[in-house]
Amino acid sequence: MEPILVFPDPAPALLAQTLDLAGYAWKAVSNAAVATQQEPKAGWAGAIVVADEDPEAAFSLCRSLRKRDSVLEPLLLLISGAQLADLEQRDDHFDDFCLTPFHPRELEARLKHLFHRAGRGPAAEILEYGDLVLNLETYQAAFGGNPLDLTYMEYELLKFLATNPGKVFTREQLLSRVWGYEYYGGARTVDVHVRRLRAKLGEEHASLIHTVRSVGYRFGVSRFTPHD
Amino acid sequence: MEPQAEYVLRTVEERGVRFVRLWFTDVLGSLKSFAITPAELETALEEGMTFDGSAIEGYSRIQESDVLAVPDANTFEIVPWRGSDAPTARMFCDIQHFNGDPFPGDPRHVLRRNLVAAREKGYTFFVGPEMEFYYFHSSDFPEPVDNAGFFDLTHTDMVSELRRHTITMLEHMGIPVEYSFHENGPGQHEIDLRYKDALSMADDIMTFRLIVKQVASDGGVYATFMPKPIQGAFGSGMHCHLSLEKDGVNAFADPSDEFGLSQTGKHFIAGLLRHAREITAVTNQTVNSYKRLILGYEAPTYVSWARNNESALVRVPPAKRGREDSTRIEFRSPDPACNPYLAFSVMLAAGMKGIEEGYELPPEATRNIWEMSDEAREAAGIGSLPQSLDEAVTIMEGSELVKEALGEHVFEYFIRNKRDEWNSYRQQVTQFELDRYLSSI
Repeated sequence: MEPILVFPDPAPALLAQTLDLAGYAWKAVSNAAVATQQEPKAGWAGAIVVADEDPEAAFSLCRSLRKRDSVLEPLLLLISGAQLADLEQRDDHFDDFCLTPFHPRELEARLKHLFHRAGRGPAAEILEYGDLVLNLETYQAAFGGNPLDLTYMEYELLKFLATNPGKVFTREQLLSRVWGYEYYGGARTVDVHVRRLRAKLGEEHASLIHTVRSVGYRFGVSRFTPHD
Repeated sequence: MEPQAEYVLRTVEERGVRFVRLWFTDVLGSLKSFAITPAELETALEEGMTFDGSAIEGYSRIQESDVLAVPDANTFEIVPWRGSDAPTARMFCDIQHFNGDPFPGDPRHVLRRNLVAAREKGYTFFVGPEMEFYYFHSSDFPEPVDNAGFFDLTHTDMVSELRRHTITMLEHMGIPVEYSFHENGPGQHEIDLRYKDALSMADDIMTFRLIVKQVASDGGVYATFMPKPIQGAFGSGMHCHLSLEKDGVNAFADPSDEFGLSQTGKHFIAGLLRHAREITAVTNQTVNSYKRLILGYEAPTYVSWARNNESALVRVPPAKRGREDSTRIEFRSPDPACNPYLAFSVMLAAGMKGIEEGYELPPEATRNIWEMSDEAREAAGIGSLPQSLDEAVTIMEGSELVKEALGEHVFEYFIRNKRDEWNSYRQQVTQFELDRYLSSI
């Protein structure tokens, strides 16, 4: 994700800390000109404008960010309780607001929600292959809408395979990529888990994980030999 | 928090799991369980749950009775037989003292300790069991469900339905089935499980026994793993296919050998044979187990090995050509009433001893041993398996190997408990005695 624009420069210490801890990249700017000048190629990921110190400059920045050819969103406004009346007639200047002094967890939750709605940033990631759907955030897997009851390692193996459909992996590759080098157990551990997964996928879909004779396994249809 | 634990917490939340059952096993192999609510789950995963171990067979004595059950997040599964309205999940637990040390009476710990010892020498132990059991109308009397004559057809249908349903449940729990079929005895069935590492397999056998009984009970019949429920019919065994893996390859395989066996494989068999009599009390732990180990029902009675000989204790099934990976040995004495954690522990210990000491493999028993005279058997160096629980426990008591494999705590409890079992059995005046003696003496 591109960095988030933050006003003013320097950013309030608590805001800077909250963003860093939550893992967001950000850059502080002091006015609209600097914002344009420093804008990354792909555009700002969003903006956080703190309006409780210098409301006039803050609202002016909001106005310019929202009047561009490509409207900058999402925009989160931080204001003090006494400024709530200022929000009237300014609905189009922001997507959400948060009162100062803010609680770091509230700010984090609002940001997450905003980015999720905007279809950007650390939102729920969905991995799909045919009828198979893996929700990488909630660790849930479903086949044709029916949830699959998997153990942790089965889920990790399925996730890895579904992320790389059509590619052949040796047992050793799967061991090191899925189980990690720490894991003790031989190549047959992979066979055991593949069997478990196939059993849970059910007879009709067991072939989703192909055995590639004397090599290893492949998920889904091969790119090179669609009919085997 | 470990990713496994996070996975469990998240899944419980997402799937609306209402109860999480924590499973563990007593020394005799009975499954124990208590349920916690999702609210307690995080604490359980991080700190374990306290419970009174003195209530569990073979656990602690009164003065040190409180122990911790720490769920193994890797074993988290949603159980399929509770329905989807209020999903229930289960995890196997490791039992610990409050200071975090493993509790020596925990069979799962005993097996783990033996697996670690083998692992230090580079070996991973795999087991594939053949589970045999009977369906009866009830637990009151061994009346087989598919021997009922008049209702034969309906009963047979019902039974194949039961087996089909059981297999679906097993697969849902991640327990793949290799074969299933009607066995020799009336109402007797066999389900063969695909091999796995020994710890997962021991967990699976605990789950398997529960599912088979649960599905039977839902179907209005009774399933039993009693080794010999009907006199004159075949007993229920748990033949175990064993193999070791080292450096990613099957350590038992050598395609250039006449038997397809490596030196390691031969030493392992030699170890099993030499210590077979010592470990039998553990692999066959009930009074009733020894009524299965008799002549005439394809159960082993003598200590021997062969490629294709139903009477041998260890069989070496032929590996498919070009599939050395499938090379394994079949240990045929265990029965499904054993504690799988302890049984796998002693089998592995015996085999590993053979490898460490380089035991020489005795010649293959090519003749049917049953037909040999006692003298001929003795000359061939073929011993007998113990003929009673009493004999088995006496032999086990003198075994350093079994003591080391089980650890002192389990070893002593086991012997004490089995002596008690034998003594209560000895006090019985049986129908056999009444029939044989009452009218003539």
